[in-house]
Formats: sequence, C-alpha cells, structure tokens
Amino acid sequence: MGNNPFSLVGKTILVTGASSGIGRSTAIECSRLGAKLIITARNETRLRETFESLEGNDHLQVIADVTKSEDMACLVQSIPPLDGFVCNAGITKRKPINFVNENDLREIFEVNAFASILLTKALAKAKKFNRGASLVFTSSKAAKIVTVGNSMYAASKAAIESFARSCAVEFASKGIRSNAILPGMVETPLVSGGMLSEEEMEQDKARYLLKRYGKPEEVAWAIVFLLSDASTWITAISLDISGGGRFVK
Amino acid sequence: MVEIKDFIKNFAEQFDETEFEMITAETEFHELEDYSSLVALSVIAMIDEIYGVIIGANEMKSSVTVCDLFNKVVAKLNNGK
Repeated sequence: MGNNPFSLVGKTILVTGASSGIGRSTAIECSRLGAKLIITARNETRLRETFESLEGNDHLQVIADVTKSEDMACLVQSIPPLDGFVCNAGITKRKPINFVNENDLREIFEVNAFASILLTKALAKAKKFNRGASLVFTSSKAAKIVTVGNSMYAASKAAIESFARSCAVEFASKGIRSNAILPGMVETPLVSGGMLSEEEMEQDKARYLLKRYGKPEEVAWAIVFLLSDASTWITAISLDISGGGRFVK
Repeated sequence: MVEIKDFIKNFAEQFDETEFEMITAETEFHELEDYSSLVALSVIAMIDEIYGVIIGANEMKSSVTVCDLFNKVVAKLNNGK
C-alpha cells in the first residue's frame, strides 16, 4: 500500500477505560490499523471482551483501578514505552447543583481528572513516552456547553481539556503532541444510564445538525487520526466531535 | 415508615414558583407550569438522597400524579428489603 500516514503499524498505544464505550472502540480501531495495544480498566470481564475483540497479536491487558496509586504504579512499571496514550477512563453522575455532594464530586474528579493527571505524570516521569508520542485526552463537549444536572462531570472534563494543553506545552520539546477530544453525546453505557427519558433523548438528538448521537467508533476514528502520523503538526487543540452539535441550541 | 405527606413536601420543595399548598397526591405534576427538566432531575436526586432509591427518567415520565411516583418509590423500598 506504500506510505500510509494514517496507519498505526509499529506504534504501541495505551488506552485507559478500555472496557466499554469510546475506550473499547478506540482500542479495537487502533488494532485494526496495526497498533500494538495495552488496554486497561477496572472490570476484568468487560476488559477481556475488549481484549478478545482486538485484531492482531502481542496486545497486553492490565486490570487496574487508576484511582489507586499502587495499581497505577504497577501499570506504569509493566508497560513498554509508548507512541500513543489515550487517557479516556471517565465516569459521570447527573445531579442538579443543589444536590451535589462531596462524595460524588470527589469520585468524579478522582477518576476524570486526578487519575488522568497523575497517570500522565507517572508515565512521563518513568520516561514511557517515546519521542514523537501522541497523547489524546477524552474531554467532553460538556466542558464548553453545559446542560442541567451535569455540573460535576462538566467541570471535571473542563479540567482535563485544560490539562491536555498543559501537556502540549511542557512535552513539546520532546516532540510529544497532546490534544483533547470533545465528543458530544455518544451512544455508550455512560449515557444510556437512564438519566434521560427516551423522549428527552429524541429531543436532544434534534439539536445536532446530523440529528443523531454519535457512535463510539466515530469518536475512535478521530482519536486514531490524532495518534497517527497524519496529524504530526497538530498539538494543543480541542477537537469537537459532535455531529454539528455546537451550532444549534 | 414512608409517609406520603412527607413525600409531597419533599417533592414540592424542588419547585421554585409552585406553592407547596398547590401540590397534592393527585396533582398531575408534568402539567405544572413550573415543571422542567431541572425540576425532574432535582426530584430524582431528592428521592436518591432522602429515600435511597434510584428513579429513572422513564419512570418519572410514566408517573402521572405525585402519588404514582410515591408508589414507585415505596415499591422499590419494599423490593430492597
């Protein structure tokens, strides 16, 4: 096929939160493009399902709760140097501000922000990012455009969007790129948690130019692009992936 | 023991404009002028916080009166025992 800048052949890529949704889809799409994957998540059964769906050999799965420092240390030690890092693990909980409580807030920030930042730091410190590596952080459209009941999640995703830019600045001298992706509503277990009624979901879909929610692989393909050599002059951006969601309110 | 009068009071507290006296067990709450997605989320969060029960958006939608919703909460509490 000759030179294909979109190929991931020869790249080693770590994906967190790979047991479902965008993370799972990203791992699978990366494997199809030839990458060697290291996938991690808390849930052993679901992570194994992802692992078994990967194409090609030589992939690695590591059960880890990235909010636990010992799990994180173990993960960092056990993996080879990386050409790509998809920092994707995330959780959500919808509650109006009047019902925000410290436990929920801490739990959401623990996974979405603290663990992401600390894992990135640990990987960098352990020199696990190869020169020219690409870091992709799963933020959310919610970091910019908020809806009722989403304050905790939105704030945590705004934190990670900003952190992605800081990585771009501090790691640029090593040729490392860092970008955030801001997906709109994607049909994943995270959004089908029952917090929106079917009628509300239909109304919400109508606000997107393409009149539908995204599929996990549609986000994964954008992540693949950011991981590939096709995007070697792209760093410190926040990529909106939302079927034109931003234009209609 | 879960009492409907307490439930109605907790329910009514989620509204900004609608007066507590206007809400009874038979109130068809989706029809209240003040009802919104934020109120719905607040009611769901209130039920979670006070009664320890998770009510989904579809269950909110299918409840016509305050009493319907109360009955769902009670049913879930009983199932949990």
